[in-house]
Amino acid sequence: MSTAVATAAPTARRAPARRRRLGSTEIVYLALVGILVIAGVLVAVGGGNLFSTANTAYMLTQTSLLGFVAIGQTFAILCKSLDLSVGYVVALSSIVGATTMAGDPSRVWLGVLAAVGVAAAVGLVNGLVIAKLRVNAFIATLGVGLIIKGYLDTQFKGPAGEVPASFQMFGYTRVGPVPVSTIVMLLVAAVGVVLLTRTRPGYHMFAVGGNTDVARLSGIRTDRTLVLAHVLCSVCAGVAGLLIAARFGTGNALVYSYGLDLDSIAAVVLGGTLLMGGRGSIVGTVGGVLILAVLDTVFNVLDVDPFFKDVLRGVIIIAAVALYARRQIDPASSRARFRPTRTGGASA
Amino acid sequence: MTATTTREPRPPAAGEGGDEPILRLRGVGKEFFGNSVLRDIDLDVRPGEVHALVGENGAGKSTLMKIIAGVHRPDGGTIELDGETTTFASPLAAQHAGVSTVFQEFNLLPERSVAENVYLGREPRRAGLVDRRRMHADTTALLADLGLSGLASWTRVGSLSVAQQQIVEIVKAVSYDARIISMDEPTAALADQEVELLYELVHRLKERGVAILYVSHRLKEIFDLCDTITVLKDGNHVLTTPTADIDPDRLVRTMVGRDFAGYFPDKDPSTVPGEVRLALEGVGNTQVDDVSIEVRAGEIVALAGLQGSGRTEIAHGIFGIAGFTRGRVLVGGKPVDVRSPRQAVRAGLALVTEDRKAEGLALGQSILANARLVLDAVVPGQADRRAKRIPGILSSLELVASSQEAEVQYLSGGNQQKVVLAKWLVTDPQVIVLDEPTRGIDVGAKRAVYDLMRELTASGVAVLFISSELPEVVAMADRVLVMRDGRLAGELPAGSDEETVMALATGAGEDTSGEHVRVDLGALADADDLPGAEPGDASGPPPATAPALDPHDHDGPKEDR
Repeated sequence: MSTAVATAAPTARRAPARRRRLGSTEIVYLALVGILVIAGVLVAVGGGNLFSTANTAYMLTQTSLLGFVAIGQTFAILCKSLDLSVGYVVALSSIVGATTMAGDPSRVWLGVLAAVGVAAAVGLVNGLVIAKLRVNAFIATLGVGLIIKGYLDTQFKGPAGEVPASFQMFGYTRVGPVPVSTIVMLLVAAVGVVLLTRTRPGYHMFAVGGNTDVARLSGIRTDRTLVLAHVLCSVCAGVAGLLIAARFGTGNALVYSYGLDLDSIAAVVLGGTLLMGGRGSIVGTVGGVLILAVLDTVFNVLDVDPFFKDVLRGVIIIAAVALYARRQIDPASSRARFRPTRTGGASA
Repeated sequence: MTATTTREPRPPAAGEGGDEPILRLRGVGKEFFGNSVLRDIDLDVRPGEVHALVGENGAGKSTLMKIIAGVHRPDGGTIELDGETTTFASPLAAQHAGVSTVFQEFNLLPERSVAENVYLGREPRRAGLVDRRRMHADTTALLADLGLSGLASWTRVGSLSVAQQQIVEIVKAVSYDARIISMDEPTAALADQEVELLYELVHRLKERGVAILYVSHRLKEIFDLCDTITVLKDGNHVLTTPTADIDPDRLVRTMVGRDFAGYFPDKDPSTVPGEVRLALEGVGNTQVDDVSIEVRAGEIVALAGLQGSGRTEIAHGIFGIAGFTRGRVLVGGKPVDVRSPRQAVRAGLALVTEDRKAEGLALGQSILANARLVLDAVVPGQADRRAKRIPGILSSLELVASSQEAEVQYLSGGNQQKVVLAKWLVTDPQVIVLDEPTRGIDVGAKRAVYDLMRELTASGVAVLFISSELPEVVAMADRVLVMRDGRLAGELPAGSDEETVMALATGAGEDTSGEHVRVDLGALADADDLPGAEPGDASGPPPATAPALDPHDHDGPKEDR
């Protein structure tokens, strides 16, 4: 009899639970489609075409730069951490990559390795400071970011290094309207998806972010997982730095003022990843990045005042996260036993 | 163990006890900061045995469990596993040696599936990738093996009931090939009906030759489930006896040196219910519907029901946490529209919440700061003056603490609860709602709560008392209201027995549950014939949203568990 009791509840709850779980990513892409439609109409009314090759390419290029950073940020945030140093890592690796290549096509791979290697080292430092010294992630990565900023500001007043033409292809080549950088970004995203959903380190990131004690008691090396997440985060930022170098033809320290750090966090959260960790997805993050890129393109095409642009972006990000928060706070509403009617809800 | 699990099966142990102990403790002791909390403990745990570990809070049960779990290391004595002396370097080492512990705080990830939780940290792999198909298949097989085939491996753990989450914990332990599973108050958060699930599982584990170390405050479970009882008192081993050789009265006396007869304080006959202090008139929201309750001054009204039947939602509705969207609430005869806890406090209400640590206390703050919280928030101008009464209230509750500046996180559960109570008493509420006020606290502190309830009613306070423990419901309440599926299932007078309450709560013997049924004394004898709704009346709640219980699976009141 009791066995039967055990069967009753999960059967009753399974359907709504699964529906809700799928919802997060779905909503992101539904919102994306909605925004595309509205934006397309707005631009069309103004006599333009949002989906012209130039606009699409701009949109996708925006996507790849923020995409790399946000994919990396997803790993950190899933582990209930975060990385404020990504903007500086992008700047640093653009310079390391460009100065190493020094305009010599044969040194392209060396430059790529150097940029990614330096980024990985920064991630290692971030991770170790957080995991071993137990410094709050906000402070640790802010501090590491400031250290890099100080180094960049004293050593590099302007552009540095030179990227050979062959590597600039990474920034400018397109397959149809799709830039190569976007394809690379999507490949990185695919690797990230496999990592998170199909490998132990990925599973363990969810565990560390969900509850570090539970993870530790289950034999997960939580420190190692956290460090790995930060290394991956910085490496992704390093790739973004290489993209910057390819686009500009040189490394540039001032890239850190692009606001990639906070934008990447916004994109991740917009993509449905919990800032408290333990739940989220790369697919959602890519959706969040696309939304931000579409907004950016539309504002550009419509020639919106840049300050007002920021106001709109802020409003949209807050609205989206408020929407998620409502869904978080009120899990009971999806299990409502009685409909909120005046008549007593007996006839459900 | 089936062949589907990740490790080699162990030879099945012979059925009932009597053979060599798996786990043997000799002379185990433990000190914290020079305080000896365990002295010279001997304990034998045999395969297929359910071994109760009882004692008041502070008796050393938790410490002993943590030693067995590998959380603490003993300062003295030996631990033998299968006749070999061992020490567990970590909880994980203990787990790999076959000793698993299910703590009160769940070690689960709510955002992950059942399978992901069970195989956390040892996900099966194929070609370097997590073999999700095998992980789910293994989990499904394990669940089926334990008679839990209704629990799906892909269900998100956060969407399960407390009882089911507990079961997932136990399944996780079994998946480690645990031969000893310790359970720390496994039923503390469960309603009586859900306890059945656990009983079933414990029996199955027993059949498999797993030894179970069972820590509980509930005597009934100990006598229902356990083969052997070990009593600890003040860190000493007092007694180990087969359950058959001891009765509850003697066990309680051994534990506390207190008689079971005086466990619940009698009602002062001069306390007569006065005017209605709290009235709910047909209130409802998404979780409860059409609930009407009156609580008079000087009256204790108990709200009984299964976990998830809507009791806590009533408390939350009254207090404006998740307010009612239908009906009226009257306090002291006047309609009030409570939309926030702050308005509730101003209206003269108090709510002692179910979850003491998360909702009742600022754990890192002092006793005094906690006791002042409501005053400071709601009447800051008078807080200093009114807070002068706090020391008196605390001492009348017999709070044990080094000083009032001690942080509440270091207090025992019972003392923490006393701080919560003091916080509300100092506001002089007209109506106090107590949601599971005795959960997870020791016998002495429970008694203090019962005494307080009597004192409150003697001074004219109206008490709404929510509890899953039927003995205290029956002993303390002037009237018992029973909830089922978000509605009132009926009202019982003082002196009703536990079986009657349970029958109403489970809907045993009823075909329709949409009606508010008032049971008169004459009908009590035959709970199967409760007056229900008209035949063919289709106004019952949708059965799909019922809590962990299907009324149609039960054909009568619970007996002789």
